[in-house]
Amino acid sequence: MRILRYLLKKEYLQIFRNKGMLPILFAMPVFQLLVLSFAATYELKQAEFAVVDFDRSILSHELVQKLQASDIFKLNAVYFSTEHALEEMEAGNIKMLLTIDAGFEKNIKSGKSAPIQITVDAVDGSIAGLIQSYSSSIIAEFNAEKLGKVKMSSAAVVLPKSVNIIPSNWYNPNLDYITFMVPGILVVLVSMIGIFLSGMNIVREYEMGTIEQLNVSPIKKWQFMVAKLVPFWTIGMFDLCIGLALARFGFNIPFLGSLVTILTIAGIYLIVIQVLGLLISTLTNTQQQAMFIAWFLMVIFILMGGLFTPIESMPLWAQNLTLANPVSYFIKIMRMVLLKGSGWQEVYKMVLVLVGMGALFLGIALNRFTKTSA
Amino acid sequence: MRSFRGFVVKEFKQIYRDKRTIVVLFGMPIIMLLLFGFAIRNEVSNVEIGILDASKDSFTKELIQKIDASDAFQVTSYLNSYDEISQVFKEGKVKEIIVFESSFENKLERKRVANIQLITDATDPNLANIVQSYTSKIIRNYVVEMNAQEGGNSAGVQLNFKMMYNPELASVNLFVPGLIAIILMLVSALMTSISITREKEMGNMEILLVSPLKPIHIILGKVLPYLVLSVINVIVILVLSKFVFQVPFEGSYALFFAESILFILTALSLGLLISSITNSQQTAMMIALAGLLLPTVLLSGFIFPIESMPFPLQIVSNIIPAKWYLIIVRGIMLKGTGILFLLQETVILLVTTLALIMLSLRNFKVRLE
Amino acid sequence: MSELALKVEGLTRMFGDFTAVDNISFEVGQGEIFGFLGANGAGKTTAMKMLTGLLTPTSGKASVSGFDVYTQADQIKQSIGYMSQKFSLYDDLTVHENIEFYGGIYGIDSRLLTQKIKEMISNVGLQQVERSLVKSLPLGWKQRLAFSIATLHDPKIVFLDEPTGGVDPITRRQFWESIYEAASRGITVFVTTHYMDEAEYCDRVSIMVDGRIDALDTPGGLKNQFSAKSIEDVFIQLARSAKRGEDAVI
Repeated sequence: MRILRYLLKKEYLQIFRNKGMLPILFAMPVFQLLVLSFAATYELKQAEFAVVDFDRSILSHELVQKLQASDIFKLNAVYFSTEHALEEMEAGNIKMLLTIDAGFEKNIKSGKSAPIQITVDAVDGSIAGLIQSYSSSIIAEFNAEKLGKVKMSSAAVVLPKSVNIIPSNWYNPNLDYITFMVPGILVVLVSMIGIFLSGMNIVREYEMGTIEQLNVSPIKKWQFMVAKLVPFWTIGMFDLCIGLALARFGFNIPFLGSLVTILTIAGIYLIVIQVLGLLISTLTNTQQQAMFIAWFLMVIFILMGGLFTPIESMPLWAQNLTLANPVSYFIKIMRMVLLKGSGWQEVYKMVLVLVGMGALFLGIALNRFTKTSA
Repeated sequence: MRSFRGFVVKEFKQIYRDKRTIVVLFGMPIIMLLLFGFAIRNEVSNVEIGILDASKDSFTKELIQKIDASDAFQVTSYLNSYDEISQVFKEGKVKEIIVFESSFENKLERKRVANIQLITDATDPNLANIVQSYTSKIIRNYVVEMNAQEGGNSAGVQLNFKMMYNPELASVNLFVPGLIAIILMLVSALMTSISITREKEMGNMEILLVSPLKPIHIILGKVLPYLVLSVINVIVILVLSKFVFQVPFEGSYALFFAESILFILTALSLGLLISSITNSQQTAMMIALAGLLLPTVLLSGFIFPIESMPFPLQIVSNIIPAKWYLIIVRGIMLKGTGILFLLQETVILLVTTLALIMLSLRNFKVRLE
Repeated sequence: MSELALKVEGLTRMFGDFTAVDNISFEVGQGEIFGFLGANGAGKTTAMKMLTGLLTPTSGKASVSGFDVYTQADQIKQSIGYMSQKFSLYDDLTVHENIEFYGGIYGIDSRLLTQKIKEMISNVGLQQVERSLVKSLPLGWKQRLAFSIATLHDPKIVFLDEPTGGVDPITRRQFWESIYEAASRGITVFVTTHYMDEAEYCDRVSIMVDGRIDALDTPGGLKNQFSAKSIEDVFIQLARSAKRGEDAVI
């Protein structure tokens, strides 16, 4: 055990003496968490639109005004030709174009159908969908108002049927993305530290030449590995705690579940990720290679982990791949425990999978480690 | 000139001999494009939903059938009371409950309006959004259909939508161009950031500096092989986008390649800058990977629209080069935009690249003295 | 103790079809300074790796300080010291921290360790730089530090792999003073080197050619045997017939 103590002391000395790394280890995760958590949202805050109004009547004006009255639609300009307006859309200056045909007012007042067209920049399908939803509701409201008046004056009008769609979001009534994203982003940040650094440090000893000296000494392989894992584990956990504190007090994210549960599982998860980094380093010769492969895996884990797009939206084979993705498990557990208040009962199966992965990685890493030194 | 050529040749050889790295540099982008192109979607399929139908009349039955028939949904539970909803959500499988009010068909006939409530499990707001959006669309389409059937005399505003550039609202058209940007940015910045620091760590830098090569030559020499590599990557990615993912390509190929080369240079210079501020490979890599990954993915408009972000973040997004390239690429591929409308973005990328190179050069020179 | 420091019998190491070390046998007594010479590619480094537990032999027997290399690797590690070509010091740790680290690894208890660190700093003359990073030390100082660290835990035998590369002759001479000093304390020194003049400082010298030991005797004995004026001559004569390595004349 004394050996371990000396190994650890050396590792910590080396880490904290590396002035360049310190901001990356501590400041960067915090900074990114604070800034990026706000970025992930599909809310439609504002959509600029243009109008080509061939009617230019009071009613058509009112229609445009009604759209503007919503906080979302902002009138960019009124054009006299559709081509011109579409050019603006191509240039990205407007997201939506409202075209009102001539005879609009007359048709409505006489109970006939008054067609209008909304052209939407649909490059971003989600935003386009939202624009469609919102504009539909606003127009429907307008319709109801105007037709109500018309009905009173003419009994022969037949109103179309319409259905009111009332959305209701449970557990997250405001569709607050932050609550959803923060735990996920936190996991990603901490994982990056975990996977990259432990493994790289081992490769560094190879590159520096000190590995030989360690190999002829009485240091056992397991002591060597533990000494490589522990320091970054403590740093990762530290970052995680700061992140959780920020989440709780800075972002006001509910903490329905038990903190102890989260921290325990986090500890396990971090070891699993680090051992994966270790495993990768046993497969490579240089720091560079180790980093690439670790990064490559990390990007896949993150993008396929259900953080940015739902796992349910993936094709079946991709959903199956998720079963082998440690990051996705931990993101899910974090969300379940923090936001829904789930306890061990609900998550123990996933924790077991994580432990299983860790054991597998460790086994392979140890195996390769012994071979290369023989 | 000859020493420069020799240097560039050495750089090429060093890279192309490192088999593992080559596999990663070429294989990675392809694998990532394929994986993410298929897996990163905003469309859903077979999402489990439940129905709480207080009317159970022919209208609701037909509508429910329509919803079930769509690829997106699978009706798996029929609830009898509001109280059951909580339990169903807790089990975690059902993502939405559609609630029809009583005497639905009747109300539609007489009052011409009836209510449907869409209750979603919004612990995943992404999913909730998508699900709600889809359900609404199906319902609206059905109502329009129904109105049309009953007689053309529907009074009032007839709203017609036209979805430009991406009529199917396919998210793949949004994401694949984005993937091109992400992949290029990350791979290029990574490459150059380690290339120089590796030279420094190995101590070969001094040898280079006492040679006839000027610092600008060294920088260019380091950048050139990766430029070639990245261009090959762009071609491969474009081919895959077109033939595997069927992303439209409305604009000019020449413009696309020109802009892509510009962006690659921007990314490469970013990597250069990173390597000029640190001597350690490890630090350079950590900055390039951990420092660039999330900001590029989140702030460039790749997945989450920039217009949706809080205003301060929208400002910050302006310094993410990928943001500008994304506008360019999406414009060319989906809208067929020409250089005229993309002038602003192009100039920004150009200026950024030059600034990065200047900064790197300056840092580089300072380090040596 | 009449126990042999090293006893090697028919030691062989193959890499696939290639025989790096071919059936070598020799003995080294306690307190001896044993020079292990050979051209590049002759098999010196491989042989030394087998003796230090870094590589398992393909066949043959070897015992280090009485411990068998196959079955008692742990005991061997505790009783040997090692100094590699690269000195294996941590550039980003101070002199003091390096000594403390290696001392602790070899199980020297803390009180004794503090004392030994003090002794070493004064013996090697490192007072000024005790708290400086090793990175800032000149090569000669690093060399002395690495050697002291290798002998810190009073090992029975210390293995030195080309320890004097890159330093000037005076520094080399001083280094050999430390080697003598260690030997006089009873530590066996097993050293590989390229410098033929250093071979003269050893008690006995062996020369490896193509994986075999082609010569083994005292420096004087070798010069007689090969009718040579210096070890360098002996070496050149042997190396001429070598099939492997840079010095091979085909």
